[in-house]
Parts: sequence; C-alpha cells; structure tokens
Amino acid sequence: MEPISLHYDVSGTDFTCAGEASGKIKKTLKELGFPASLTRNVAIAVYEGEINMVIHGGGGVIDVVITPECISMELADQGPGIPDVALAMQEGYSTAPDNVRQLGFGAGMGLPNIKKYTDEMIIDTEVGKGTTIKLKVFVK
Amino acid sequence: MTVDVLQKELGLTYLCGESIANEKEIDGCYCGDLLSWVMSRAQAGNVWLTVMGNINSIGVAVLADISCIILTENAALDEDAKKRAEENDVVILTTSKNAYQLAAEISKVI
Repeated sequence: MEPISLHYDVSGTDFTCAGEASGKIKKTLKELGFPASLTRNVAIAVYEGEINMVIHGGGGVIDVVITPECISMELADQGPGIPDVALAMQEGYSTAPDNVRQLGFGAGMGLPNIKKYTDEMIIDTEVGKGTTIKLKVFVK
Repeated sequence: MTVDVLQKELGLTYLCGESIANEKEIDGCYCGDLLSWVMSRAQAGNVWLTVMGNINSIGVAVLADISCIILTENAALDEDAKKRAEENDVVILTTSKNAYQLAAEISKVI
C-alpha cells in the first residue's frame, strides 16, 4: 500500500465544524480496514486536537499520513502557544473560557487524552507563535 | 441487547435514529457531561446518559463508537445536533428520569 496523505483546515471560530476532520479520518481508516480500536484512538486524538485549535489556536491545519505500519499526524496552529507544557499535560488543568465550558469542553483532558490514545506525542510550541503537535499511532 | 429492545424495555422516547436502533448493539453504560472526560472513559458500545444535547455531543458519540445517547431529565436536543446525528447514524432517545434512576434501570436489563 502506498502512503496516503490527508489534509484538513480547521476553522478557528466554529465549534460546529470541530469533529469534521477526525470524523473523515476515522471513516478513511475504517474503509482501509484498520482495526476498530485503532481507528477510535486516532479519531479521539485528532478530535481533541481540533477542539484545542478552535478553543485556543484560532484554527489550524491537520496533516495525516497513513501507512500499513503507522498513522502519523501533525496538528499545527498559529495561536498563542503553550507557556507551560508540563502544566497543560496535567489532567484537569484548563484555561478554557466559560462559554467553552458550557458546551461541555474545558475539562482539562484534551492534551492528556491525546497522549493516552497515541504511541508518540511531540509538542513543539512557542509563546506568541503557535503550537505543532506530532503524533504517531503504530499498527500492532 | 440492541438499542430498540432497550427502548421498549424502559419506555424511552426516540428523538432520532429509530430506524437503525435495531442495528446498535449495547455493551455497558456511561454517565457524564464533560465531553473530553466521556471520550476518554466511555467504552465502544456504551449507552451514554447525558444532559448535553449540543452538536459536539454527536461528534463524541460518533468518534467513541457510542451505541446511543439518552438525554436525561428531558434535556433539550439542539436542532443542528439532531441534523448532525441523522447524518451520522446516531440514535438519540430521551427520558424524564435522571441519570441515576435510568442507569439503575439499565443495569437490570442489559
């Protein structure tokens, strides 16, 4: 199988669009015959990334490369960056505003969930410039 | 057990997805309203009890392979959420009972 590349733009303002990229990625993986547990893990990780882009990042882009061995994802935004990554990785820590919490988000689970559902996670962030998260899920 | 059987057993009301409820196998139940929390902990096949009837709840149900959403205490389902649910084959039901009452009933029948 040749590597398959997918690209998605994520709106920075519209919560109703969040989940479109992850939904499409899940559908693609399912159609390619990847195991249900893997497609679920990838979809959850990407969805959390999408939500973070809408809440904090002012939108961004998602690139995915699918091979038989590995699903690689890169989620990049040009938002405010993360001042303290270790703190942001703690379950329950959140800087989400009240209007976002009313929608059921902002539980401080986004980055921890991404880590939980992927095999590799690298966060490259700079305050004032943006955040790029590189993820890998290996096909076992 | 499938969602249509659960609906009949507990007298739940469909908000959408009635025609596909017999295809949705149930494996356990999860209660929660914080979406990331639910996505992290609910298992595939769970019935999800919540008061969150917004469009993002549908995204969570799809991605986490939830068997159906049951809106407790007559919580409202947004119009755009209903549309998204219909597009994505998500079954949604409603009840006047609270999550505790309903979960207790579900545990007796599944």
